[in-house]
Parts: sequence; C-alpha cells; structure tokens
Amino acid sequence: MQVTKNGRKKYLVFMVQVHTNFRRAELESLADLYGINSIDFSKYDDSTPFFYVELENDQQAKDWIKRSILTRAIYEYWGDADTYEELHESIQSQDFFQKNKELYHNDTFKFEFDTYRGNNKSNRIKQIEKFSYLDFKGKINLKNPQQVFTVIEEYKPISENIPGKDPIHLIFGRLIQTGDRLSMDRYDLKKRPYKGTTSFEAELSLVSANIAQVKPGTIMYDPFAGTGSFLTAGGHYGALVIGSDIDGRMIRGKGASANINTNFKFYGESSKFLDVLTMDFTHNSLRSNLVIDTILCDPPYGIRESIKVLGARDPERFAGKENIEIDGKKAFLHRDYIPTKKPYALDSLLDDILQYASERLPINGRLAFWMPTANDENIETIIPLHANLELKYNCVQEFNKWSRRLLVYINRGPTFDGPTNSGAKRSTTVFRDRYFNHFN
Amino acid sequence: MKFLTTNFLKCSVKACDTSNDNFPLQYDGSKCQLVQDESIEFNPEFLLNIIERVDWNAVLSVASDLGNTALPPSKPVFPATADQLSEEDMTILRDLHTLLIQTSISEGEMKCRNCGHVYYIKNSIPNLLLPPHLA
Ligand SMILES: C[S@@+](CC[C@H](N)C(=O)[O-])C[C@H]1O[C@@H](n2cnc3c(N)ncnc32)[C@H](O)[C@@H]1O
Ligand SMILES: [Zn+2]
Ligand SMILES: [Zn+2]
Repeated sequence: MQVTKNGRKKYLVFMVQVHTNFRRAELESLADLYGINSIDFSKYDDSTPFFYVELENDQQAKDWIKRSILTRAIYEYWGDADTYEELHESIQSQDFFQKNKELYHNDTFKFEFDTYRGNNKSNRIKQIEKFSYLDFKGKINLKNPQQVFTVIEEYKPISENIPGKDPIHLIFGRLIQTGDRLSMDRYDLKKRPYKGTTSFEAELSLVSANIAQVKPGTIMYDPFAGTGSFLTAGGHYGALVIGSDIDGRMIRGKGASANINTNFKFYGESSKFLDVLTMDFTHNSLRSNLVIDTILCDPPYGIRESIKVLGARDPERFAGKENIEIDGKKAFLHRDYIPTKKPYALDSLLDDILQYASERLPINGRLAFWMPTANDENIETIIPLHANLELKYNCVQEFNKWSRRLLVYINRGPTFDGPTNSGAKRSTTVFRDRYFNHFN
Repeated sequence: MKFLTTNFLKCSVKACDTSNDNFPLQYDGSKCQLVQDESIEFNPEFLLNIIERVDWNAVLSVASDLGNTALPPSKPVFPATADQLSEEDMTILRDLHTLLIQTSISEGEMKCRNCGHVYYIKNSIPNLLLPPHLA
C-alpha cells in the first residue's frame, strides 16, 4: 500500500534554491490558505531544495503548490538513492511499489529528468530503458501524458565553476503539480507595457502576494501603488485590486496606451483591476466600513522617492490662501489646482499603515509590506509593531550594501494585545541619511 | 473611475468622518462623462463576492446623480454559490456587471455633501488630494 500508517502519502517538494528566506513563509502561507494544517515543517531546511512531506492525498498537494513561485514541483515519492543501481532497488523495495505499478499501468506517460546544481549529458533513452521493470503498458505521450515520471539528479559542484560529473543523489517520483514559476516569465517587467523605476520585480511581488494570502474574489489594496506592480500580482491571484498614490503621474502612466489599466488588459485580467486613485494614504478616502481583505505594498522609503503627505511645510506662508479666488472661484476648487505637500517621517507613515490595517482588515486578514533596512551592524533594525497585529514573517532580501525585508502581519483584533512600539520609540535616524552618508 | 469605485469613496477631509454626509459623494451628472468598456469580461462568481461589499443605498444615490433611477430599491439577493444561479439571477448579475464594472466616469466632478469640497475625475482617475487648509 502506498500509504503510511496514518493513511498519508509521502511527497517531495522540489523548490528553487533562491530567495530561501521567503520559501518557508510562502509554503506555510499557501498551506494555511488551503486549510492544510498537518504539514510537518520541522524537516524543512533552507540549505536544500528538497523537502519531504506527508499529505492526505494528491488534491492537497495540488492545492498547496499550484500557486507557489518558489517551488518547481511536488512529486509523489517513489524512491531515492545515491546511484542509479540503488535507485532501482529503492523503487522496487517500497511497500507501495506493486500498488503504484498497477495504478498507472495503462496510463499514457512520459519520463523527465531534472537536475539540481549540475547537468548531465548522458544518454537518457538508455537510462529510461533501465526502468523497464515498471512494466507500464500505456502509450508514451510527450505532449499530454496522463502521468509524468521524473528522475531528479542532484550534483555536487567540484568548485564554483566546475560542475560535478556524476550525480550524488537521485530521487524518483510521479509529478503531481508544478509551481507557478511560469508566471514569473509572464509578468516579467521586461515585457510589461507600463513600468517605471519603482516597479517591483515579478518574482518577489508574486511571492509577496502568496505570503499575504491574496484570495480570489476578495479586495486587495496597495496604498502606494506607483506603477502597480503589486496590483498586478494581486490580480493574478484573482483579487479585485485597488491602488492609490499621492503622485498622479505615476498611476496615470504614459498615456492611453501604457498605464496600469492597459497592463491588466495585456495580461487578460482587466476584470480584476478596479481603479487607482490620486490620494494621500494619510488622508484616506476609502470608506471606513469597507472591508479590505489584504493590504500589500512597498511604501516610499525616502530613498528614491521622498515621503510626502498633504499639508503645508510652512503653514504660516499658506495662512489665508484658501480665500484666493481665480475667475470668481476659489483657487483650491479649480480643476487644475495642485495642493502643496510636506515631508513626513517614515516611522510615522509605518505607524499609520499598521493602524489602518488594524482598522480595515478582517480578523486573520494580512498586511504585507516591504521595508528597507541597512545591514550595517551597529544600526539595529526595529520592526514596527501594533497591539492588534501579529508579526508573522520578517523575510530579508540581502543586496550588496543594504537589505530590504517583507514584513507580514496578521490582524488578530483587539484581544490580541501584542507588544507595541510607536515610531517615536524606534530608530531616530532617517533611513535616507544612513543610505547616503553611511555607506561606501 | 469605475462606477463600483463610487461605492467605496468618501470625502478625504477627516473632519467629515463624524458626519453621515461624507459618503457617497455627490456626482455632478451634467459634468460627468460616462464610458462603457465592454471588453471587461463577466465573471459571475467573482461579482457575487464583490456585490456582498456593495452599499446599495450608495449605488442608488450615485446612479440617480448620473441619471439612472431605474434600479430596484433594495439590493438583489443571490444564492450563495455561482452554480445555484438561475437564469434570472444571471440576467440581473449581467446588468450589475454592466453598471458597476463596465461603466466608468472618464471626466467629471463630485462633491462632499458635508463640507462641499469638490473633487475631479481626469482621464478616468479621481483626484482626492486636499488643499492645506482641509488637510
Ligand atoms: C516605493 S514606491 C512604490 C512603487 C510601486 N510598488 C510600483 O510598483 O511602482 C512608493 C510610492 O509611494 C508614493 N507615495 C509617497 N507618499 C505617499 C502618500 N503619502 N500617499 C500615497 N502614496 C505616496 C510615491 O509616489 C511612490 O509612487
Ligand atoms: Zn467633506
Ligand atoms: Zn491632515
């Protein structure tokens, strides 16, 4: 029987060996999203792309992995060993082997080889012939087979530039579900009609949407939408997305042919795009009883774009200006009136985001946003906290001289009573100063 | 700006939050240009979820601002899941799709019933920014 004692089957998750700080968060979030709460993560290891799990059935495996960006595929486990000879022994010695052979006996099928850290040029046909003991009677179908059987070869590079010659480990399994890595290519910024300097790369914006648990038929909001990278990711996962930005030029795009709306049309997802609003997040116009299921964003850091909110930097200079009239109408009521803005502290903005999330998200709804942090050892990074929000993930992406992190919070409501630290208690140095003065 | 968005927008002036007149905004029918985008596909299941969030009185108010007084006085009721939808449900959903999702205001203006501040819609994007004395 191909089941373990508790009626569960063994599967292999084959992940990519990149963004390892995000992998577990993505897998856990997707499992939780689909109500799969029995996965044992204690064997999960950042240093390997292989993760063995037990699941109830193939459907669970499909649900879990179909959206994963950092997973290549999940397989039903058939056997593994260090050499091909041992692999064949391993496969035939499994107690579920006979049962499996019968189950797929007449299905159309094909064989595939996948590798990790190496590339084998050996004769695959000959290798496939060695599997003849499987005794499959179905036709080989390369285009659309009912079953795909995969050999995963793991290599050990001899040095950084010299790949290993022979695999050090082999795993054999039946493909259940591939991850969503093709979407990375589909949403690649290079091919996107409207993008800008603030656009967020496809891979991690999709991963962010997964960790934020963006769900079909729900509402996702990006308060700092810019060119709409996170709106695009949220739309891909079926949410109705709405964005805002204080800078109208960003969301307007480059005219009628290249803007956020045309991006959605380009991806065939225009029904998922609601609108982008020219709006200051801190003077918010979304009615307060509107439930926003997910908030996902990349707030202004004060590096590339300054943090501004509505209001006069020097209120005295503006005193009485509301009375100025042009053509018999108050100047501020004119269609082309441009309001003045004033600088604002990142810490205050972060506090505002957390407070807003605590008011608008449903219980268990998620807030996810990116925050830059210097990886200068003598500066401690203080993560903003709110009494109603559980800080669930803090995933760091390292660059050469700085890093940024995805912070993910779950709204637990007023009874959560978690630790707090408002902006005043956190970092006193503005990141911008550090960014420009401290490095290089 | 899609018709549906009018259902989510209040006045940005914080002082207006204590009033019941800051939502929905009042749309100036004579200045609002409506456009229809029939290419946006109809997805009944998706729409059912969204309609749950809709404030029907606000739909009626904005529709009437824009010259449509033919809507039913209360929110249509639908079965819980899309596979239980009757033919008639589908007809109503299609109409709602046309109104809420396919209809948008490309140019226009709207006003807060409480403070009277006027907001503009340009190139289909509403501008909700405020002058310093209201911010
Ligand atoms: C890091 S960018 C986000 C870029 C976006 N993820 C994209 O895909 O292009 C931050 C954005 O926040 C906007 N912003 C700055 N202050 C704001 C405020 N008070 N309210 C709303 N948006 C603001 C900036 O105009 C900028 O477009
Ligand atoms: Zn008002
Ligand atoms: Zn203000």
